[in-house]
Amino acid sequence: MKNLLSASDLSKPQIIEVLDLAHEMSDVNEREIKKLPTLRGKTVVNLFFEDSTRTRISFELAAKRLSADVINFAAKGSSVSKGESLKDTAQTLEAMGADAIVLRHGSSGSAHRLAHSGWVRSAVINAGDGSHEHPTQALLDAMTIRQALVKKPIGADLSGKKVLIVGDISHSRVARSNLILLKALGATVATCGPATLVPRSLEPSGGIFYSLDKAIDDFAPDAVLMLRIQSERMEASFFPTEREYSRVWGMNGERLSRLAGSSIVLHPGPMNRGLEIDAASADSSKSRILDQVQNGVAVRMAVLFHLLAGDKGEKR
Amino acid sequence: MSKRTVLSSDDIRRAITRISHEILEQNRGVENLLLLGIPTRGIQLATRIAQVIKEHSATEVSVGSLDVTMYRDDLSDQPTRVVGITNIPTSGVSGKAVVLVDDVLFSGRTIRAALDALNDHGRPAAVRLAVLVDRGHRQLPIRADYVGKNLPTALTERISVKLQEVDGVDEVVIED
Repeated sequence: MKNLLSASDLSKPQIIEVLDLAHEMSDVNEREIKKLPTLRGKTVVNLFFEDSTRTRISFELAAKRLSADVINFAAKGSSVSKGESLKDTAQTLEAMGADAIVLRHGSSGSAHRLAHSGWVRSAVINAGDGSHEHPTQALLDAMTIRQALVKKPIGADLSGKKVLIVGDISHSRVARSNLILLKALGATVATCGPATLVPRSLEPSGGIFYSLDKAIDDFAPDAVLMLRIQSERMEASFFPTEREYSRVWGMNGERLSRLAGSSIVLHPGPMNRGLEIDAASADSSKSRILDQVQNGVAVRMAVLFHLLAGDKGEKR
Repeated sequence: MSKRTVLSSDDIRRAITRISHEILEQNRGVENLLLLGIPTRGIQLATRIAQVIKEHSATEVSVGSLDVTMYRDDLSDQPTRVVGITNIPTSGVSGKAVVLVDDVLFSGRTIRAALDALNDHGRPAAVRLAVLVDRGHRQLPIRADYVGKNLPTALTERISVKLQEVDGVDEVVIED
């Protein structure tokens, strides 16, 4: 494996291998010395054309925990604002010796373009491309769900588990990657949201719901993944008002209490508190939002290890 | 390709018993002792040594495992390896007399990696090494404190240690 561009790049055994390794990596967090020498001498570039806090910091921390050197590149305040293209920026960074490029870009397919047009030889990791995919987010969601719902998580898949994804499915790269990855792991996935924001073409195995109340009652999910309302990607009005959205599709204390006792709630962040999720549910005991952040570092360590540790052995 | 068995199940049992007694003798009892197996088969060997020690001194000795994959010096020359499990007892390694347990001692590079890994977990009072088979060809100044069997080998030969818990049979085989 050279690049991680889509959740579909990974076979089921590979996903389980990454999750198991991430599980091991999360122990590094507990140690006296939170660092492994594995990627010493490698350089990881975080190339971020879109704003991001947790994904960038998470990748940075993961690379540093593995002793790689990290360069952070944010488009704002760089030569990109002078009109430099993705190609030139990436080639410049590679000429400086980057072994891996972590790319976050507003255009769908940009990571694929960077990896396959012969511009660079470095490994490319997709950290979110437009409304297409965000594979490491799906991996950390799967890890969090497995940790919370499966008794012996090592080596296990998610067969028999029901996951409900709620919100703006159309614009969400998190939803797309999760649909692919959770399906590969054997989970049943249903989507829920306003009809204007839930594409039928994705055909989730658990069906499509247009009301969160109905989804909770009929689908009885083990995990509910609330998506962020991405105002920056909405060109038209897809729902009448924010108040109406939060009334029909938002997670609140009352809906939370109707979920089964062992069920969990996830959110990829950043949260719009009071819109898609209220404070009571975000801070409740069912919420696994902080676990997601913690698992994010571990999953990204596992991905960087897989892409960079054996690179000469596989003859790239 | 020829194959011959160099250690039978009885030989392995006797070697483990002897190593266990040597560990007890040198450590003057089980106090402060921590056995750390190196995956995969070092873990089973460490567990067996602990079992023998328990039978003879009626005290539980702490056992754990220490994976060294992330500390290897040949990571980029080989396809990605599977990372094993690291499981250090909650009391940690600091101040303990740690005995690293592995199946075969060869170049010494695994043990070098293990010493680095151990360093990141704390500061043991002492570190010793127990191996079932020492096949020679060291590339680093490392030696074992407790050896089940010294087996002079040619570089072209392969040694495989098989244990009941993993392979369903106890034996050590040389292939070339």
